[in-house]
Amino acid sequence: MNIHEYQAKAILARYGVPTPRGEVAFSKEEARTVAEHLGTPVVVVKAQIHAGGRGKAGGVKLARSADEAAELAGKMLGMKLVTPQTGAAGRVVKRLLIEEGLDIQRELYLGLLVDRAVAAPVFMASAAGGMEIEEVARENPGAILRETIHPAVGLQPYQARKLAFGLGLAPETATAAVPFFQALYRAFTETDALLVEINPCVVTRDAKLIALDAKMNFDDNALYRHKDLRELRDLDEEDPLEVEASKYGLNYIKLDGTVGCMVNGAGLAMSTMDIIKLAGGAPANFLDVGGGASAEQVKNAFKILMSDPEVRGVFINIFGGILRCDVLATGVVAAAHELQVKVPVVVRLEGTNVEQGQEILRKSGLNFTIASGMKDGAEKIVQLVG
Amino acid sequence: MVVQGLTGREGSFHAQQMIEYGTKVVAGVTPGKGGTKHLEVPVFNTLAEAVCETGANASVIFVPPAYAADAILEATDAGLPLVVCITEGIPTLDMVRVAAALQGGRTRLIGPNCPGIISPGKCKIGIMPGRIHRQGHVGVVSRSGTLTYEAVDQLTRLGIGQSTCIGIGGDPIIGTTFLDAIRLFNEDPETHAIVMIGEIGGNAEERAAEFIQANVRKPVVGFVAGQTAPPGRRMGHAGAIISGGQGTAKEKYAAMAAAGIHCIQSPAEIGHTVAAALGKAVAK
Repeated sequence: MNIHEYQAKAILARYGVPTPRGEVAFSKEEARTVAEHLGTPVVVVKAQIHAGGRGKAGGVKLARSADEAAELAGKMLGMKLVTPQTGAAGRVVKRLLIEEGLDIQRELYLGLLVDRAVAAPVFMASAAGGMEIEEVARENPGAILRETIHPAVGLQPYQARKLAFGLGLAPETATAAVPFFQALYRAFTETDALLVEINPCVVTRDAKLIALDAKMNFDDNALYRHKDLRELRDLDEEDPLEVEASKYGLNYIKLDGTVGCMVNGAGLAMSTMDIIKLAGGAPANFLDVGGGASAEQVKNAFKILMSDPEVRGVFINIFGGILRCDVLATGVVAAAHELQVKVPVVVRLEGTNVEQGQEILRKSGLNFTIASGMKDGAEKIVQLVG
Repeated sequence: MVVQGLTGREGSFHAQQMIEYGTKVVAGVTPGKGGTKHLEVPVFNTLAEAVCETGANASVIFVPPAYAADAILEATDAGLPLVVCITEGIPTLDMVRVAAALQGGRTRLIGPNCPGIISPGKCKIGIMPGRIHRQGHVGVVSRSGTLTYEAVDQLTRLGIGQSTCIGIGGDPIIGTTFLDAIRLFNEDPETHAIVMIGEIGGNAEERAAEFIQANVRKPVVGFVAGQTAPPGRRMGHAGAIISGGQGTAKEKYAAMAAAGIHCIQSPAEIGHTVAAALGKAVAK
């Protein structure tokens, strides 16, 4: 789960990470009040959307008075921001962060994530702040400092010092960096984050280290133990169908094609998308109904597929393992009856209780095309969709 | 073998299936239900007790995600050489701690978020449908569950049996990796060819490819799921994500091709490609 910059900064501040003074604003008037309250010669008006690249897209502006802040806020709220990370559709700006302007000397990059290869958290730092870390990794991998952290002991002061001096920080700033970096690591582990990124982290003229931007991404699997974080979810930033699917615990991702897919298992779901493409079609979505999906859940999945107006046909590809084909077939038939499905549906069933499953489909009186394999199914649906 | 979480819905269903397949299920563990019997198998409160009383040397875990890391550590503590964790949805940082605790120990963990391991005709520790398998000489290793069944089914229909099939799991942090499994297959005289089924995310396929290039003389066939997956989205599996342009199917195929692995583009061609690699007449 992603959250907004202002929310991430509030969390980090609780752990002792220095952040600029500032507050969220939902209207022009609120922006003015916050700017007046801050009282600094320069305030920064930052669009809050769940995507990077805001600066270049016009989502970050400087204001030299509260009036100017209000005026900029008025323009920015409701604006559609298109950045390389939002896709062509862009995102509508509904919240702003109004912050004090800082006198910046240097910009750094800081990031924390789990390194899959060593199964441990890694703290990354680079002197090239403000740049995408992927870009730095491509162009100058040596410029990224990395400290692998043992989960039993956490980020040690010597590791923080290695990073700080490695970044070329002056001794007094490096001293301040140790508790800063450790606070960042504590925030990372205690919130079950998958990613914490401070890009840039700035050194001010008066040699202070401050998190000028903040991005946090949390582990969905751990949200059950973080009630406070769950409340930060912003449904406006998500696809409405994906939100609906998540209510039923379904893994659904909307894509651009016309063939709706319902598959059990993530790997099979991905390769079903692949084989639809190979057959000349385009998948409308990724949808994994999961292992122990009930008939009710399968019905919900079918409803979600059918509420995508782009879907012109559905390919159901099920290889029963945990999932029983009879359970699936019951769900599909119930949903197809209820939703009065008009589009062609190709069903490929394999695995546990397959005979009962096919029997249920055949007896349903509905127009299902039964496929004999993955390739056959993909070709049939692509042909039917046309 | 012990089933951790035997009395739960999934645990019960699959324990029954494993018993029917011929796996020796000697005990179950459900805290608070010790002293009872379930599916005619004795249930214990702790794993230590179950191992002590029955001499079990493997376990399979079906407990819910919030308690699964604890269950893996309990199995490690009991000194079990093989632990298979089926549970999906364990928090990543829980698995980071588990991985650190497992390091240097004698426990081999398979999973989590995996279908388990099967040596057809011999033993099944997991949730895969036993009847699609056939005893033979192809080793299958995969990050997926149902996609593995798909591949195995294709092999079996062509008359090609399997030595062992290992589902290593779809999470970012797993016990046994592609590299570990391929090393074992390479040393196993019963395995004559290897099928590796990867997916987008991470670089485990690339690391295995390097090892294969340097060490493996048996034919290896490879497939990567997610050629059409958009970047930056988690495709169901917590580990299946292209992040920062890394972990794409394209990169993985390139590494596999460079290592001399037979690359398959269509998931429907896994069986036929193995047949061709084995130089075997396809039995229709």
